[in-house]
Amino acid sequence: MSKRDRLSGNEAVAAAIRQINPDVVAAFPITPSTEIPQYISSFKADGLIDTEFITVESEHSAMSACIGASAAGVRAMTATSSAGMALMYELLYVAASDRLPIVMAAVNRALSGPININADHSDSMGARDSGWIQIYSENAQEAYDNMLMAHRIAEHPDVMLPVMICQDGFITSHAVQNIVTEDDAFAKAFIGEYRPEKYLLNPQESLGVGPYSVSVYYMEIKRQQFEAMNSARRVIADVSAEFTARTGRAYAMFESYRMEGAELAVLLMSSSAGTGKVAVDALRERGVKAGLVKLRVFRPFPAAELAGAFPGVKALGIMDKSDGFSGCGGPLGAEVRAALYGKADGIRTIDYIYGLGGRDVRVEDFYEIFDELARMAGGAEAPDCRYHGVRE
Amino acid sequence: MKKNLMERMTPAAGWRTLSPAAQVFGEGNSEFFLTGEWRTETPVWTRDRCKQCLLCFPVCPDSSVPVENGKRGDFDFDHCKGCGICAKTCPFGAISMQSPKAG
Amino acid sequence: MIEIRWHGRGGQGAKTAALLLADVAFSTGMYVQGFPEYGPERMGAPITAYNRLDDKPIRVHSNIYFPDIVVLVDESLAESVDVTAGLKSNGSVIVNTTQRPEKVREMFADCESAVYAIDARDISLRCIGRNLPNTPLLAVVVRTAGIMEEKAFLDNMEESFAHKFSAKPEVVAGNMNAIREAWRGAILL
Repeated sequence: MSKRDRLSGNEAVAAAIRQINPDVVAAFPITPSTEIPQYISSFKADGLIDTEFITVESEHSAMSACIGASAAGVRAMTATSSAGMALMYELLYVAASDRLPIVMAAVNRALSGPININADHSDSMGARDSGWIQIYSENAQEAYDNMLMAHRIAEHPDVMLPVMICQDGFITSHAVQNIVTEDDAFAKAFIGEYRPEKYLLNPQESLGVGPYSVSVYYMEIKRQQFEAMNSARRVIADVSAEFTARTGRAYAMFESYRMEGAELAVLLMSSSAGTGKVAVDALRERGVKAGLVKLRVFRPFPAAELAGAFPGVKALGIMDKSDGFSGCGGPLGAEVRAALYGKADGIRTIDYIYGLGGRDVRVEDFYEIFDELARMAGGAEAPDCRYHGVRE
Repeated sequence: MKKNLMERMTPAAGWRTLSPAAQVFGEGNSEFFLTGEWRTETPVWTRDRCKQCLLCFPVCPDSSVPVENGKRGDFDFDHCKGCGICAKTCPFGAISMQSPKAG
Repeated sequence: MIEIRWHGRGGQGAKTAALLLADVAFSTGMYVQGFPEYGPERMGAPITAYNRLDDKPIRVHSNIYFPDIVVLVDESLAESVDVTAGLKSNGSVIVNTTQRPEKVREMFADCESAVYAIDARDISLRCIGRNLPNTPLLAVVVRTAGIMEEKAFLDNMEESFAHKFSAKPEVVAGNMNAIREAWRGAILL
């Protein structure tokens, strides 16, 4: 039985974690993800979970404790944001390369400086090459649902990779919204028990994790990670399809919204996709052939599928909630263009850097963007990349 | 299991064969690495001078002094790296270092 | 969709009020959003909180620039913040005030929208014994936004107070008196 409820994004994630009942949570507080370990701590105090909750002294230690726990053979989770995630970077690579299916609740927040506590994607984008699976959520519902799917994906024998479930700090993490939660029996059955094949605390078989790997081995181990990340495509699709069949809530690598006959489109992730959909609806009513693609899974990157996602599109705005400081755009811009290259070359593209440090993204912003895309479709000059929503 | 590991973890093995994440299964597998190949000087044990005091045994970093029934035997040259600590330790001059390597 | 913008000061409970309103609307079956605008948390500094209420799922995730209702938890904010910015001409301002009605009308002389004045401080002091303006203000917002009829609202709040104050049931009556009085006590200027 599902239940109609109203929860903030952080409450929704905490609700999922209560149902997951992880063996170990190691976390250090940082805005805006702090509430998640707070809720976990309350659940523990109230006897709702039997998680070992480790209050570590830094995020570096939080991820280290998760690595130890996961290697020992149990489910380990953490939550973090911004500078906290940055302090984990070294260990994020260790978790992924040791093939430990740790799950992180990431609440996206800008990185300093200037110091700022509000949403953008610069924290998780900095970890984009760490080998973690990255799934982005538009609202509290998606954050909850993605969290329920996370362990199934991470722990699949063909994957065995850590997963971060991202949502936008404050914009969704602290906004109370309607949500449908699933009952505990469903959640537990869907997630299932974790039975690792190899683990440190197995008295039947001794094991060494994370050995030094000289040059003759290192690259082969990376090749295994490449394979695992590729296998994750199929596993994410399968788990999402099963979740959709059981709950009626649709999930795939990305969502195509009103893309039928679309000539102008935007591609983006997380909360602003909802705002963009409102704009697309209004534009369609005015006869503008607008559409939107919301990328849900950034790692693995669905390049082949994206190449076919824009038939008939003349101008595409790729929207980056972080600047890669390449001097020519953000990470989404580069990767989406690479996906289209040689396969959908007729589409004019522009990369928008937007919504940094919590800069509000309004429906009107999308009108301005679609206006520019319409001019581009008509042949007007446009830069490859520009900041949108910035004061000149 | 140890044998299996050694078959899989070789410089010739491809990524499909190597253990996932280079995990090492089984304990005590250092004996499969024949560090004796690294040796440039070789200890020579002179039985006549040896009093079986066994001081050489605990100082050997590579466990290459085999002891059975309270008495040492000749070196394990599969693993002896020829560091010479045993020769320095022996109070009776029963171990000398020779090069080129022997064994 | 009804869009509501709350203006208060850090520590006055504008965020809590927005979450309470979301709860009330949710209980009627509506789709809701309740969220504050976050920044450094400073007691007394102007803060903003928002509600969206609709009978359809709400997808937009921006702040509110063209509200239907503006609520002033602290009337002194009108001096430093453009509280009626973007307010729809057929919208409403609800002001928690101790001033006389003429004085409040003067404050909003340029405002085309309806202005409601309520002395939530006085009501809460008399009924609850403490200055907790959110409870009476909530009643005025619910009525102004047309979210619920009076009886349904009172029943809903009684149940919610009984739950919220299960450890101290003696305060339920005072809270109920406060919202009952506020429901009828707001003056349209």
